[in-house]
Amino acid sequence: MTTKKHWFFSLPYYLWLALFVVAPLVLIFYQSFQGLNGHFTVQNYVNFAESGVYLKMTFNSVWYAFLITVITLIISYPVAYIIAQFKSRDFWLALIIMPTWINLLLKTYAFIGILGENGSINNFLRFIGIGSHQLLFTDASFMLVAAYIELPFMILPIYNSIVAIRPSLINASLDLGASRWQTFRRVILPLTKNGVFAGIQAVFIPSLSLFMITRLIGGNRVITLGTAIEEHFLTTQNWGMGSTIGVVLVVAMLIVMLLTDDSGKGVHR
Amino acid sequence: MKKRRTLSKIYLAVILILMYAPIFYLIYYSFSSGNTMDGFKHFSWKHYQALFVDTRMISIVLNTIIIALLAALISTAIGTSGALLIQHIKHRAWRQNVLVLNNILMVSPDVIIGASFLIFFTFLGIKLGFWSVLLSHIAFCIPIVVLMVLPKVKELPRSLTDAAFDLGATRWQAFSQVTIPGIMDGIKAGFFMALTYSLDDFAVTFFVTGNGFSTLSVEIYSRARQGIDLEINALSTVMFLVSLVLVYIYYRFSVKPSPKGGR
Amino acid sequence: MKKLLAAIIALIAVIAGLIAWNHQLTAKQSTTSATKTLVIYNWGDYIDPSLIKKFEKQTGYQVDYETFDSNEAMLTKIEQGGTRYDLVVPSEYTIQRMKKEHLIQPLNLREIPNMKYLAPQFLNQNFDPHNKYSVPYFWGTLGIIYNDQLVKNPPKHWTDLWKPEYRNQEMLYDSARDMMAIALITQGHSVNTTNTGELQAAEQKLRGLSGNTKAVVADEMKMYMKQDEAAIGITYSGDAAEMMAVNHHLHYVVPSEGSNIWYDNFVIPKSAKNVKAANAFINFMLEPKNAAQNAKYVGYATPNQGAMKYLDKSVTNNKAFYPDKQTMKHLQVYRDLPKKVNQEYNDLFLEFKMFVK
Repeated sequence: MTTKKHWFFSLPYYLWLALFVVAPLVLIFYQSFQGLNGHFTVQNYVNFAESGVYLKMTFNSVWYAFLITVITLIISYPVAYIIAQFKSRDFWLALIIMPTWINLLLKTYAFIGILGENGSINNFLRFIGIGSHQLLFTDASFMLVAAYIELPFMILPIYNSIVAIRPSLINASLDLGASRWQTFRRVILPLTKNGVFAGIQAVFIPSLSLFMITRLIGGNRVITLGTAIEEHFLTTQNWGMGSTIGVVLVVAMLIVMLLTDDSGKGVHR
Repeated sequence: MKKRRTLSKIYLAVILILMYAPIFYLIYYSFSSGNTMDGFKHFSWKHYQALFVDTRMISIVLNTIIIALLAALISTAIGTSGALLIQHIKHRAWRQNVLVLNNILMVSPDVIIGASFLIFFTFLGIKLGFWSVLLSHIAFCIPIVVLMVLPKVKELPRSLTDAAFDLGATRWQAFSQVTIPGIMDGIKAGFFMALTYSLDDFAVTFFVTGNGFSTLSVEIYSRARQGIDLEINALSTVMFLVSLVLVYIYYRFSVKPSPKGGR
Repeated sequence: MKKLLAAIIALIAVIAGLIAWNHQLTAKQSTTSATKTLVIYNWGDYIDPSLIKKFEKQTGYQVDYETFDSNEAMLTKIEQGGTRYDLVVPSEYTIQRMKKEHLIQPLNLREIPNMKYLAPQFLNQNFDPHNKYSVPYFWGTLGIIYNDQLVKNPPKHWTDLWKPEYRNQEMLYDSARDMMAIALITQGHSVNTTNTGELQAAEQKLRGLSGNTKAVVADEMKMYMKQDEAAIGITYSGDAAEMMAVNHHLHYVVPSEGSNIWYDNFVIPKSAKNVKAANAFINFMLEPKNAAQNAKYVGYATPNQGAMKYLDKSVTNNKAFYPDKQTMKHLQVYRDLPKKVNQEYNDLFLEFKMFVK
């Protein structure tokens, strides 16, 4: 009887896995072996490996995604930690999430207004006598905006893991004479590892496939795998090549997951 | 000690200001009498007036919110059950496989998801419109819910549920009184993240929508061809204020009861 | 748990309320039956909405107006089916493609008597002989827009783009066909070349532009140019008109040595349910007064001869938007290329973009 119930609860999830994950995945995999004229071919993979363009692009994407992840992590951890100490932490958390409810394109346009040649920052720089600088279409502005977008997705899982620590553990550590820093390094950090890894997964992987802001803010000076897929599906209609890059992304995700996987290694409770 | 407190408060304030800067920028220009976001002309309500008579736009906003709430609700339910399920899987390699499958939708770029869902829906003969959009949104929201709930499930001490059983609790009681409260924060986080993903999605919705059904993102992207209309800024301002009020109300009501309730 | 249940119930109540509200809103709009509706699939903001209202009033049809933002995205949706569109407005090279894939149906020109107002030079084009499938809606060119405050010597020809004085000042358009076309024209080749050698030479030529390139953007160029972000941009005439209306320091030139000329056209998909209404709408939009009103709203050049007298002389005499005969002679239409060649254009352009970095 219990197994029956068990199935009833898990059916929707398995159904979802089958229909919306496995089926599209098979589709992408199948597509990646299709040439321009619809025949079976491995040409797409050969193109990917042989043309320096795609390898360079992969390298760039990974590098930028790495930087974006590091930046968001550095900013997010203290934020999550501070909020977790507040009494009205739900409220503050909501304040962190709320900016994500404003449409992404709109926020990007606002950033263009802020960073532009005649934007707020340059006006300010001119006002204090430094003079205007090219801010848009630079790596720095691209990463700033990308980090801005990903920030809540990093803060949330870290916050969750901090909140889950029982205060008694921290008190015990302090009572036993550990300094605040020691407590943080030896108790809090290891206990929030899961949250940090979840955050890295939630930020790094989507950062590999950022598009739109690569063009709007980066002026196409930064081209990620996501941009290329976007183009192959929407502009050049080469779904085969687009799917091939998609498969590469899936593989990249597998690697990230293996690296941030902790099941079995962590503390047993 | 006190110094550290103020320091951390200043840090938080700076981050929040940075996070809200672009939003205040949008709000600021929604009151400009001009038509673009460069150079504030003078104060005017005209974009708000235009917004409130635009029934098409209001209807699109309602569609967007309905889809987002429904998708968040359903995906949270399915995603939570999924997270519990994954934790239950004894076989480690198999569990890892399911987790990998779970995360694939998160790594796949929206265009691929959208295009493959489109092929999928037309293959099944599902009419494009409200239902296809809702199904897709539920589909891409589930993995993020799982990702939010799973760490909580992992932290749930086995001993706790076992203790509940020892005390004679039924499966259902153990589930509803021990498991669910234990992972409640994760569920909440998952719900809000799902809401966020759904509200913001453009690419997937674009592919799977049709027959007159549209959401805000799709509308904004297609309008963006002519540069963004400040009516959209006005709309964002209204939506932002409404969500601020909702968050405040929620906060007032959820904090008031005695500390015994909730966590 | 109780709290959770209460929250879920409250949420469902809210959703139900919103659905009811939405229902009430849309109920007012769509009371008509399916045979009385006309579904138009067009570029965003590419029609004067008051004309749609006028058409609805005149004919009693109810118009559903849906939008797309690229030919390719639109094509994907039509190819896959699942949606019903009665009237679509693709660009010329897409029409060739749609014809090949049997996605559109021949027009019944007898139903569209207002065709007579169209200028003969825009009819019977290569991409659709005898206008069997399509009726031109707007047309335009590819050209250079510049800001007279930011450049001393305005560019007049494509080769000017390579001048060292424009270092880091140019915005290129993120479109393989257009950018390759520029390089091909400067080298005296056809914009429809299928010769690999010519294409590779063109890409090499483009690389020379990388020092002058500030960014490679798309539609958002309009906003950037309006805000004086860059001095020079490669753009389409319609977009240029819009930018110039806002920023009076901007000027648009079509290089006399040649450029691309493009057309957006009405076509009726095979899957259309209401062909009669689609014909009526095309005919309505060709009415000179309506065409003129629409051209004023959208800002693109109209192929409608009859509409000219309703438009300002300053517009119709502006060589940037209605080029003289000499320039018109050198303008080339894009032809739909074989998939493989198309891919060559795209790969080379991608290589160029990676090089800009």
